[in-house]
Amino acid sequence: MAQTQKVTLAKALNMGLRKAMEDDPKVVLMGEDIGKLGGVFRITDGLQKDFGEDRVIDSPLAESGIVGTAVGLAMRGYRPVVEIQFDGFVYPAYDQIVCQVAKIQFRSQGKLKMPMVIRIPFGGGIGAVEHHSESPEAQFAHTPGLKVVACSNPVDGYWMIQQAIASDDPVIFLEPKRQYHADKADLDDTATPEPLFTSRVVRAGSDVTVLAYGPTVKTALKAAEAAAGEGRSLEVIDLRTLSPLDMAPVYESVRRTGRVVVTHEAHVNLGMGAELAARIAEECFYSLEAPVLRVGAFDTPYPPSRIEEDYLPDLDRVLDAVDRSMGF
Amino acid sequence: MTQRSSEVGAGDGFGPDLAEVFGPSQQDGGPELVQLLTPEGERVDHPGFRFDTEERAEDEVIRGFYRDMVLTRRIDVEATALQRHGELGIWAQLLGQEAAQVGAGRALRPQDFVFPTYREHGVAWCRGVDPLDLLGLFRGVDQGGWDPDDKNFGLYTIVIGAQTLHATGYAMGMQRDGVVGTGDPDRDAAVIAHFGDGASSQGDVNEAFVFAASYNAPVVFFCQNNQWAISEPFERQSRIPLYQRALGFGFPGVRVDGNDVLATYAVTQAALQRAREGQGPTFVEAYTYRMGAHTTTDDPTRYRLSDDLERWKLKDPIARVEAYLRRNGLADDDFFGAVQAEADDLGVRLREGCRALPDPSPLSIFDHVYAELTEELEVQRDGFAAYLESFEGVR
Repeated sequence: MAQTQKVTLAKALNMGLRKAMEDDPKVVLMGEDIGKLGGVFRITDGLQKDFGEDRVIDSPLAESGIVGTAVGLAMRGYRPVVEIQFDGFVYPAYDQIVCQVAKIQFRSQGKLKMPMVIRIPFGGGIGAVEHHSESPEAQFAHTPGLKVVACSNPVDGYWMIQQAIASDDPVIFLEPKRQYHADKADLDDTATPEPLFTSRVVRAGSDVTVLAYGPTVKTALKAAEAAAGEGRSLEVIDLRTLSPLDMAPVYESVRRTGRVVVTHEAHVNLGMGAELAARIAEECFYSLEAPVLRVGAFDTPYPPSRIEEDYLPDLDRVLDAVDRSMGF
Repeated sequence: MTQRSSEVGAGDGFGPDLAEVFGPSQQDGGPELVQLLTPEGERVDHPGFRFDTEERAEDEVIRGFYRDMVLTRRIDVEATALQRHGELGIWAQLLGQEAAQVGAGRALRPQDFVFPTYREHGVAWCRGVDPLDLLGLFRGVDQGGWDPDDKNFGLYTIVIGAQTLHATGYAMGMQRDGVVGTGDPDRDAAVIAHFGDGASSQGDVNEAFVFAASYNAPVVFFCQNNQWAISEPFERQSRIPLYQRALGFGFPGVRVDGNDVLATYAVTQAALQRAREGQGPTFVEAYTYRMGAHTTTDDPTRYRLSDDLERWKLKDPIARVEAYLRRNGLADDDFFGAVQAEADDLGVRLREGCRALPDPSPLSIFDHVYAELTEELEVQRDGFAAYLESFEGVR
């Protein structure tokens, strides 16, 4: 009998993958070091031992090869779940993802499905070397044919990975690596999850709407807590899905607050915040009391890790944007 | 600029003279070229490969190859003409490569799966894909009109070499499905991945070799070395004969006369059989020549000499089979006349069918982006529909 247990995001994802593999024998995992080692973050820990080397496949070190062969597996009726070891290593597979994974349903007029999940640990804050801390989500959200989601907490991680695997569309599944082993949450695996491609208000408020996803949800919630101490009420929305966007809860919130701050670790220029700002301007123009403000990474390459906390959006920068929004 | 390999690695700590090990990269196929039918139409033996038609009468099979090649060439000629008439936006010609494609195509069993480039019209013919369906992509009415799972023939892939990875993954799926090495000829299956000499430089192709070798995947890498990647000669892609690269990846490679349909059939059949039996990948280099342009937008007179063409005309894949059949009394004028008439009928059908291919509806662009229409796209589609309707009666 299932019961509630306290789990980290890493453990929740591991449990979700296990459940998906138990439920559907066509689910296969592939990636670098995911077998015996259990992945560099241990997300696939123990799965090869229990499901065998045919279903948990240690791959050669070639990301295009991983995604490209996964396309073939999907065409053969499998549901591949591939792990890209780090965000910055996805680019060798970019061509396969953008030109093949994203377009095969369209090219075949729906005769072929492409039920693939591409898991990418993303974001910074772990003191890593170059290419290990990036946020490439906009590049995939910009590509028709892909769906892009980001989980922010263990409970979502458990459900969202299973829902992504069950989807007949290819899903870029972003996991905030900084959160993998950070916090535990109560997971009830008998609960009924919300649909995958939906956003959710995670803290109700009335003064400013803060939009976040992945690692910045925690930042936004901390900012809301701090703001509450100063008498300001922030509403925090965890977007969860970046493509398609689920804008209804956002519009509903903005019509009440009239003020929006978007925060993500990705670069501000042409990031998700730009698209969100444009849509909010189109739909909520007469409700807005201030322009939509964005808090993200500066438009520089990711810096050496000793100064990454200066580079990444944090509680203070979110609150600074809230102040500026309130000042209009 | 370019040093020949003979100047590298000779007699020093870097090992043997590479030219001695590999031989020159191009030499009209070289001594290791597998050939079973000479350009003059003479049957010859090869110690490693035999023309084995299994249960079927050999003469009938060869007459079938002849018919396949003539009809394939007609598809190509008609499509090229349709492009010149403005009915196709572009066409990728296969002229000269009919034997390589028909030999490879006829070596397949129904349960095998093909991953083509955009030039495998002859393989498509062998798989039973309606040639009219091939034209849709080049006319711009679709991006591949056939169902890949219907004939086990994948969609044309434009990005050079990308499909070799799909082929390898598909072969890995066959391994997991238990259809490799069972000993049941109706069950055991393999994959064939087509690509060209230009693609051999692509990372994806090399990664496909690594993955296929690592997992011992049942896939045949079938490279039509037609000597040209648009304007770049083969020497720009490789310093050694391509088939010899396979050894470095850990599986066998063989160079076959790609203008010899019997040899191409025999070598591909053997390679597919290895794969079906669970012995892993094979690299087949079908040594041939692109007699036409890269596509109808290309102008080969800017970069190659007509001498080459004249030399390769003497190796024509169809003429040598005709010579063989006639000389040995295996086909008469009635046969050749009937094939010609069939080709003419096919030409008429293609011309009429191509012009009748309907344009897709503008609104159809939203249909298969995802398995189900998203709300976002539904809004865009409805908006676009209303916009289009606003022109009713105006234009």
